[in-house]
Amino acid sequence: MKNNRIFSGRQPSGRFMPGKLLSSPYIVWAAIFIVIPLGMVFYYGLTDKTGAFTMENVISIMSAEHAKALWISLGLSFVSTLICFFLAYPLAMILANMNVSQHSFIVLIFILPMWMNFLLRTLAWQTLLEKTGVLNSILSFLHLPALNIINTPYAIILGMVYNFLPFMVLPIYNCLVKIDPNVINAAKDLGANSVQTFFKITLPLSVPGIISGITMVFIPALTTFVISKLLGGSKILLIGNVIEEEFTQAGNWHLGSGLSIVLMIFILINMAASAIFDKDGEGSFL
Amino acid sequence: MMRTAAKKIYIIVIFIFLYAPIATLMVLSFNASRTRAKWGGLTLKWYASLFDNREIMQALWNTLFIAFVSSITAVIIGTAACIAINHMGKRKRAVIMGITNIPMLNADIVTGISLMLLFISLGLKFGLGTILLAHITFNIPYVILCVMPRMRQLNPSTYEAALDLGASPVYAFFKVIFPDILPGVLSGFLMAFTMSLDDFIITHFTKGAGVDTLSTKIYTEVKKGIKPEMYALSTIIFVTVLLLLFLVNKAPKEKP
Repeated sequence: MKNNRIFSGRQPSGRFMPGKLLSSPYIVWAAIFIVIPLGMVFYYGLTDKTGAFTMENVISIMSAEHAKALWISLGLSFVSTLICFFLAYPLAMILANMNVSQHSFIVLIFILPMWMNFLLRTLAWQTLLEKTGVLNSILSFLHLPALNIINTPYAIILGMVYNFLPFMVLPIYNCLVKIDPNVINAAKDLGANSVQTFFKITLPLSVPGIISGITMVFIPALTTFVISKLLGGSKILLIGNVIEEEFTQAGNWHLGSGLSIVLMIFILINMAASAIFDKDGEGSFL
Repeated sequence: MMRTAAKKIYIIVIFIFLYAPIATLMVLSFNASRTRAKWGGLTLKWYASLFDNREIMQALWNTLFIAFVSSITAVIIGTAACIAINHMGKRKRAVIMGITNIPMLNADIVTGISLMLLFISLGLKFGLGTILLAHITFNIPYVILCVMPRMRQLNPSTYEAALDLGASPVYAFFKVIFPDILPGVLSGFLMAFTMSLDDFIITHFTKGAGVDTLSTKIYTEVKKGIKPEMYALSTIIFVTVLLLLFLVNKAPKEKP
């Protein structure tokens, strides 16, 4: 019985024990394509061209040019994350209270735009935001002052909020639907008004979703190089742009890897935060 | 009354925000003028010339091929892994799930460059193959994320009962476990397919010269100006998906 080895059938105790064989393709895959590549980033980042150990690539984040790029990236992604949160939370609350029977329908609405290419969708904002673009035509028709935000940091923030908003809405929504309505009713029975109920019950119970949402917006926003290129008029360099250029144009993989290590420090901080606040994976994206 | 109205308006505003660029692209696909800055009247010519554009058709074929093969592979590896992970000890499971989370939480640019460094040191030729390996890598976690919750809800006794009644393990798996986890497997496949289709950053670092997916093709066209055929193609893709979803939802449900 060859098949018995795959699922390894039943142990003498009668316990159901699938064989280790089933997980081995994934473990091998993860080792080769997840763990080793990350190790290589660290290797390149911590060595120079001769292969000798150096911290120079990592420290170069302090140089004026790189520090400025990191600073702008941190600022823009922080503002975008904040805007996403304040837009997403009320939306998630409304959706959670709508009692839509099909949970998958809500997810679908937010996933659907991804079927139109991400670059094209972002580029479409150029058409909408340009001096003579759609938005300004509407504004001038309404006799309102024109909005000139294309090729400015504001356009980049808009692009980030637009692209990453679903990643904030879905985890919060998933958390809010799981809240037992009896808990909220109990709070009301005990005399809490709606504001108190929100701050004492709803908000604390949705923390895992909020943390997961923040991670899923902040990391891609911090590290993007596409949005800044498409909407920032290539005048504004984010840390992602610097790294991308080191790899594709300057060809200095050591420097690019060194700067990536700096990025990974921020990613690790975020991962640690979600591990602490979201132990059971409640705030998952799906 | 006021509050429900306000809620409705809020939802509508957010959806206009999310879908305005998509509407814009659809309108542009009917624009007779070659540049997106001017409206030159209504036309269908881009839809006709699209099918004669070999480069775009090749990129479309590459994109669909990579999305399909990478998500099928990810579903097989991911589902098999879920079966095993589900029965691991707490510690071992935590380690594997931690590693699984890396591609999801890590920045795409870091995943992209890390794979690029790996492929270079392995001496692989950059092309469809390297893109495929990269896409399978970031797709497996989505499959595991979708299948795992279903797996944990399973009652292992049903599988044991099937074995007691003389079913072979493989037969018992496909008759007892698979139907229960099928929704998770399907949504995992759909999720992986969507992510692969929409990916630009990781493909950008793992593709070779001369091999393009739709994303990388669009990226190289940005400076010269996007060809209107691209708008036509993405409109077709979007409308097709919309219709498929509509049909799936409208399809008569199985009788109880």
